[in-house]
Amino acid sequence: MNLHAVRAIYLFEMNRMWRTLLQSIASPVISTSLYFVVFGSAIGSKMVAIDGISYGAFIIPGLVMLALLTESISNAAFGIFFPKYNGTIYELLSAPVALPEILLGYVGAAASKSILLGLTILLTARLFVDYHIAHPFWMLGFLVLTAVTFSLFGFIIGIWADGFEKLQIVPMLIVTPLAFLGGSFYSISMLPPLWQTITLANPVVYLISGFRWSFYDVADVNVGVSLAMTLGFLLLCLVVISWMFKRGYRLKQ
Amino acid sequence: MAAVISVRGVSKVYPSGLKALDNIELDINRGEIFALLGPNGAGKTTLISIICGIVNASSGSVLADGHDIVKDYRIARSRIGLVPQELSTDGFESVWATVTFSRGLFGKPSAPEYLEKILRQLSLWEKKDARIMSLSGGMKRRVMIAKALSHEPDILFLDEPTAGVDVELRRDMWEMVRGLRDNGVTIILTTHYIEEAEEMADRIGVIRRGRLLLVEGKEALMEKLGQKQLCLQLQQPLAALPDEFSSYPLTLSADGHELTYHYDSQSEHTGIAELFRRLQQHGIDYKDLHSTQRSLEEIFVRLVSDQRPTEGLGR
Ligand SMILES: Nc1ncnc2c1ncn2[C@@H]1O[C@H](COP(=O)(O)OP(=O)(O)OP(=O)(O)O)[C@@H](O)[C@H]1O
Ligand SMILES: [Mg+2]
Repeated sequence: MNLHAVRAIYLFEMNRMWRTLLQSIASPVISTSLYFVVFGSAIGSKMVAIDGISYGAFIIPGLVMLALLTESISNAAFGIFFPKYNGTIYELLSAPVALPEILLGYVGAAASKSILLGLTILLTARLFVDYHIAHPFWMLGFLVLTAVTFSLFGFIIGIWADGFEKLQIVPMLIVTPLAFLGGSFYSISMLPPLWQTITLANPVVYLISGFRWSFYDVADVNVGVSLAMTLGFLLLCLVVISWMFKRGYRLKQ
Repeated sequence: MAAVISVRGVSKVYPSGLKALDNIELDINRGEIFALLGPNGAGKTTLISIICGIVNASSGSVLADGHDIVKDYRIARSRIGLVPQELSTDGFESVWATVTFSRGLFGKPSAPEYLEKILRQLSLWEKKDARIMSLSGGMKRRVMIAKALSHEPDILFLDEPTAGVDVELRRDMWEMVRGLRDNGVTIILTTHYIEEAEEMADRIGVIRRGRLLLVEGKEALMEKLGQKQLCLQLQQPLAALPDEFSSYPLTLSADGHELTYHYDSQSEHTGIAELFRRLQQHGIDYKDLHSTQRSLEEIFVRLVSDQRPTEGLGR
């Protein structure tokens, strides 16, 4: 294991975040704050509590997840796409590193950024709503697990993409709709029975449900199922990535 | 002398079906400067990319310092530094950040003093905190050289290091390359500039259409192929060569003032003495004469051009 390489990649990527602090942290924080103002305070004050939780507090886990998903994906996708785009990938390909180091560096940095972001949003939410966290340990666990999983997913997209358009198409056309329909703003039990069943095909439901459970001890689906689904997706991403690297997919000819 | 790089039967067929390399056999000696010479599209970059791990060979194998570049890629690659042909840099990063990154990536613990030394040698120290995109093209190329040297490689590949570099800087770069060689670094460079190969290289390989046409010590190559020519400035212009000279390798310039005689400097019998006797017999007087050696450039052009025969030059 080339630990110097892991460190070099990680620091290099984190460095980019500090340089683009406004874009990396500030803009998601601002947009999430807007959600709180609109849905939490303005509309939320007219809404009935869900499962005994005020609406403002109810949407917090979902909003954090929403930001976590999109930022993990775009951070990781951009991190590996950019060297391909500007040609500096030659160095990575000619370096004495293998997949584990590359993943630890790039995915580690992308996940770190979105975990930092998730925590920042949680702190920001405190300004608007009073909430409590029933299982802090599990809350952090889900946060880290989701950040890592979706950074892996973003890494796949970054390798697959051969242009900026493809880089954005998956997050925009697939991830954002799934995240919105995944129960960020409502409880699945509020849907008609048929839609409840259909919704269960949406993987994001399990993430949000599990995450919300760690806050309020209530969940749409069993928390064990949530955990298993997330781990399953993580494993799937790992399998796809190692297949891509074995084939030299879009990296080597 | 032990080969520091040995290429065995390497071929490359790109997915497009194009055969870029055809059964390349090549040994690079430790501590030498080796120039790979060839026209556009000959396969120079492809060969380098395979050795450095950027492109997969379709067949064949490569040892770097005795380590297989695929099986023992970690050891093999840590010995190698690469300056690619394309100027690819992280424009937003500082010079310092990018060389620090390179060193780490190749598995070396940080060594600020060493990096400082390299940057100073390449006249980049004043620019260490500058964003790369604010540098000129020649500076960017030096940044890429600094990156390649950051992990103290034993073997350095320079893919057209002086493309887009002005004359003065080119001299500096040659100087630096020689300095590296003196420190025991093996250097493999590709170039379109014959003068560069002539000036720098210990050995030269000529490649065309994916085939290595020859590998030869520079001196040997120049001698082996080095025909000389003798130019005579005539006292009186000649309208035409007398018939008697038609069997001689003589050419008369268009204005009739200059006579050129081609001969092989290696042969026992150059025929020069006899030529002079004959010229005297015909009353052809000359006021000046000089001889020139074929330059590598001419040799090269002869080798790589399709029209001219290349018999006798095979390996
Ligand atoms: N990625 C690729 N896919 C398909 N063909 C390629 C690829 N890279 C190079 N080639 C082809 O392989 C051949 C050799 O290219 P290469 O870049 O190795 O030549 P070169 O000797 O470095 O040329 P130059 O002096 O112009 O740099 C060329 O015909 C080129 O078009
Ligand atoms: Mg080339």
